[in-house]
Amino acid sequence: MQKKFGGSAIFLDRSDINTDEIIPAKYLTEVTKEALTPYILEDLTLTGFDPKGDALKNAGVVISRENFGCGSSREHAPWVFEVNDVHTIIAESYARIFRQNMFNCGMLAIELPKEDIDQLIALQQNGKVEIAVDLEGQQIIATAGCEEKSFSFAVSPFDKALVNAGGWVEFADARY
Amino acid sequence: MGKTLAEKIFDAHLKDEPFPGTKVLSLDRVLCHEITTPVAIADLVWRNKDRVFDRDKIKVVIDHVPPSKDSKTATQAKILREWARRHEIPDFFDVGHNGVCHAIFPEKGYIRPGFTAIMGDSHTCTHGAFGAFAAGVGTTDLEVGILKGVCAFREPTTIRVNLNGELPAGVYAKDVILYVIAQLGVNGATDRVIEFRGPIVEQMSMEARMTLCNMAIEAGGTCGICMPDMTTVDYLWSFIQAEFASKEAALADYRKWVSDADAVYDRVMDIDVSVLEPQVTFGYKPDCVKPVSEMAGTPVDQIYIGTCTNGRIEDLRQAAAVLKGKKVADSVRGIVSPATPKIFSQALEEGIIKVFMDAGFCVTNPTCGACLGMSNGVLAEDEVCAATSNRNFNGRMGKGGMVHLMSPSTAAATAITGVITDARTL
Ligand code: SF4
Repeated sequence: MQKKFGGSAIFLDRSDINTDEIIPAKYLTEVTKEALTPYILEDLTLTGFDPKGDALKNAGVVISRENFGCGSSREHAPWVFEVNDVHTIIAESYARIFRQNMFNCGMLAIELPKEDIDQLIALQQNGKVEIAVDLEGQQIIATAGCEEKSFSFAVSPFDKALVNAGGWVEFADARY
Repeated sequence: MGKTLAEKIFDAHLKDEPFPGTKVLSLDRVLCHEITTPVAIADLVWRNKDRVFDRDKIKVVIDHVPPSKDSKTATQAKILREWARRHEIPDFFDVGHNGVCHAIFPEKGYIRPGFTAIMGDSHTCTHGAFGAFAAGVGTTDLEVGILKGVCAFREPTTIRVNLNGELPAGVYAKDVILYVIAQLGVNGATDRVIEFRGPIVEQMSMEARMTLCNMAIEAGGTCGICMPDMTTVDYLWSFIQAEFASKEAALADYRKWVSDADAVYDRVMDIDVSVLEPQVTFGYKPDCVKPVSEMAGTPVDQIYIGTCTNGRIEDLRQAAAVLKGKKVADSVRGIVSPATPKIFSQALEEGIIKVFMDAGFCVTNPTCGACLGMSNGVLAEDEVCAATSNRNFNGRMGKGGMVHLMSPSTAAATAITGVITDARTL
């Protein structure tokens, strides 16, 4: 089943946010995804960001910079986003394993060039940024106040098929 | 047009190309540990698909937190143990027989030239030292690997790193790889294989090659890879002698797994190591690297020698050579974790464990331990650790803790003085 994409955006304006920051190793002892819920981004220290704040609670989209999700291969990182209803991440680039893990879980890791991310970040001046995702049209529409901007993105046919199938297990099971 | 080794392995294992650019490979090895596998097992059970594609190709170890430190880690170990028994997986290493995954699996001869391997662990790239394509994956890829024996990849391009010159005394594979990562940057090799070539690699032992390949992921690389040669054959010989008439025959066979002379590379880097000094990291990213001389005098609280990067016998020998007859400074504590039981026994026989103990080191059982801040040496807020591991992220070894990555030799020298020290200055 396809997941729901888009929603309110939260900005993590730094490169190289690693999976230890997304979900610290001490929580890897949990054996269900749901148990991870309260610990999302717990170890991330970033000016203006509060891992326990309402902005994160209400977010559906995370927007960040380069090499997002680097470090440990733990799929707990996409899962902690999933159980917090963040199914879309938009960044300049990703670490390979994290990006694959996102699509394997049927979630979206969208890559946009730096200029687009700059524009998205600037959009915050008009208020809260809402993101709508049109996967078929490969477009995202960002609105804040009465300002609206659209950006097109590329997604490989394989990654799209994973999202449509609901993830890699479903895709592989039907095919191999 | 010639092919790189990675391309040859992809060709030989191609099972499906569902879409252009996506290659589904058949797997020779699916490696498992107790942190990332239990969730895959639980999901397979939940889906009513509790099966394994080939019990002989799946290798299992409890290595991150053994013996279990609390009921949660005990549950993880239990899930893995019961699954291995249920499916009669012959190669399962439980407490007493277990060691750090990327040290014990090669030591058992499980990785061969031309193999494909995955594991739910980012440092799976280590196994490329044998001329294999080995990649870290997440739990979903692992789950599909366990069930179907396949994994999907974008075909990676290759960065060739030629290591030339002569390695100065006191400078090791760890110093070389830290330097290479500093040149590439933390995402300089994303979606790429890093091929280590040149006379320096040819002279290196398998242990040193594993240290190189281990940290390919710290530059974003999918896999590190070395060309199989007589050193590879020698290392594997006790496991492969039934397959080949002689070592020369084995080598002749394995040489099909080398890159062609006219292979096409994404990038070629030439590095002369002759002037390289021992290296150390200074920040929270593995590409923040400086010569030890520039960091000398920085106080630390703990020394950690071990891990899948530098917990092998050669590493312990290097550290012991520095520590022999010396004591750990009063201001620090030293911890050493030999990476496998075999390494531990060998270190005992060679008197290396005694050197460590006489110096005042705490010797732990083979485990990842402090490396990922889950047990055996977690740092307190504001504490600093000199470590032979591979990751210095903020909080990696404990919230608020700082890690400096370095070679075993530098770590041993640092233990003696209590401040970051170039062993050559002692
Ligand atoms: S020693 Fe450290 S880096 Fe290596 S597998 Fe264990 S936790 Fe990972």
